[in-house]
Amino acid sequence: MISLTWQWLTDPATWTGPGGILAQSVTHLRISVIALALAALVAVPVGLFIGHTGRGRWLAINVAGAFRAIPSLGVLFVATLILLPRLSGDLAFELPVILVLVLLAVPPVLSGTYAGVEAVDPAARDAARGVGMTESQILWQVEVPAALPLVLSGLRSAMLQIIATATIAAIVGIGGLGRYLIDGQASRQYEVMAGGAIVVAALALLVDLVMAGIQRVVVSRGLVEARAG
Amino acid sequence: MIGGVAWSTVGELVLRHLYLAGLPLLLGLLISLPLGWLATRYRWLAPPMIAGTGLLYTIPSLALFILLPLLLGTRVLDDANVLVAMTLYTIALLTRTVADGLGSVPGATRQAATAMGYGELRRTLVVDLPLAVPVITAGLRVAAVSNVSIVSVAALIGVSQLGQLFTEGFNRNDMGPILVGIGACVALALVLDAGIAALSRVLTPWLRAGAAR
Repeated sequence: MISLTWQWLTDPATWTGPGGILAQSVTHLRISVIALALAALVAVPVGLFIGHTGRGRWLAINVAGAFRAIPSLGVLFVATLILLPRLSGDLAFELPVILVLVLLAVPPVLSGTYAGVEAVDPAARDAARGVGMTESQILWQVEVPAALPLVLSGLRSAMLQIIATATIAAIVGIGGLGRYLIDGQASRQYEVMAGGAIVVAALALLVDLVMAGIQRVVVSRGLVEARAG
Repeated sequence: MIGGVAWSTVGELVLRHLYLAGLPLLLGLLISLPLGWLATRYRWLAPPMIAGTGLLYTIPSLALFILLPLLLGTRVLDDANVLVAMTLYTIALLTRTVADGLGSVPGATRQAATAMGYGELRRTLVVDLPLAVPVITAGLRVAAVSNVSIVSVAALIGVSQLGQLFTEGFNRNDMGPILVGIGACVALALVLDAGIAALSRVLTPWLRAGAAR
C-alpha cells in the first residue's frame, strides 16, 4: 500500500496537466481564499463593532457556539440541493460550496476579532481617550493593532476549517484536492486516496505556516516585547 | 417515520454517532491530562508540546480518516480509524486546555497544599486538578461539539453514523434525511454539551457556594 502510494505521488504525470495536483491545489486555494476573504469582510467589521461597543456580545458568543454544532457536510448537501438546479455553469457547483465555507468561517473570525478588541488593556484605551483621541482613532490606532494577534488567530483557524471542508466538498462535484480522495474511493484506488490525503494535509500545514509567518510580521513589536517581558 | 427515515434507524445511527464521537472524547481526555500536566510541570516542554498537538488539528478530517489505515494497518471501513482520528483531534484541543487549567491554579493555593505536607502527585490530583475542572470542562465542551460535527464526515468513507443520512439523502435528491441528520447531530451535540456543563457544576460545588452568597 505504502509503496503504491509513493509510486503515485512521485509519478510526474500525477502532478501536471489539467487534473494534476498542481492545478487542483490552485483550485483548492482559490476557493479557500475567496471564502476566507468574504468571511472576513463580514465578520471583522461586526467583531470590531461588538468589541468596541460591547453591544451584541451575548449574541456573538451563542451564535458562534451554535454554529460549531452544525455538521458542515449536511449543510453542504442542503445548499447544493437547493442551489444547484437554480444555477448553471461552473458557478453552479462552486457557489453553494463557497457559501457554506463562508458560513463556517464567520464564527471563528468573529469571535477572534471581538475577543481581541475586548482584551485590549482598558488602561491603554483610557490613555488614548486622555490624550484626546476620537473614538475612531482609538479603534484604528489602539484597539485594532492590539487586537491583531487574536484576529489573525481567528483567521488561521477559519482557514484550516475552510481547507478541510473544501476537501469534503469534492463530493458535490467541485474541483480541488478533495477530488483524489473522493474519486480514488469511487474507483477503489486506495493509493490515489492516500496520496491525495497526504497532499491536502501538506497544503493545510503549509498555509497555516504561511499565516503564522504573516502573523509574526504584522503584529506590533510593542505587543511581542510586552508579552516576552 | 420522520423525513422518510424510520425512527429506529435514527436511534441506531444516534448511538453509533455517540460511540464514535464520545469514546474518543474520554480517551483524548485521559491522554491529555498527563500531557497537559507535563507541559505545566516542565515549562520548556509546553511550547513544542502545544505546537505539536496543535499540528494534528491542521490535518483535514477526511484526509486523516483515509491515511490512518496506512499507518495502523486497519481496513478503510474500520471504526478504529474514526476512533483514533477523533482521539487525536480531542488531544489536539485538550492538551492546551489542561495545561491552561493547571497553570491557572493560584500559586498561594499550591504553596498552602505543599505546606500541609501534600506531595507533588497528591497535590496535583486532589488540589490542582479539581481547581482546573472549570477550564478543562470548557475545553471538553468545545471538543465534544466539534467531534460530533467531524464524525459525520466519516460517512464519505462508508462508516455508518448520522452522516450516512446526509449521503443517502443527497444521492436520492431527497432533503428529508439530510434535515433529520442535521437535526439529530445538533441535538446530540447540545445534549453532550449540556451534560458536560452539568458534570462540571457537580464537580465544583465550591463555585456554587460562592455564587449563592
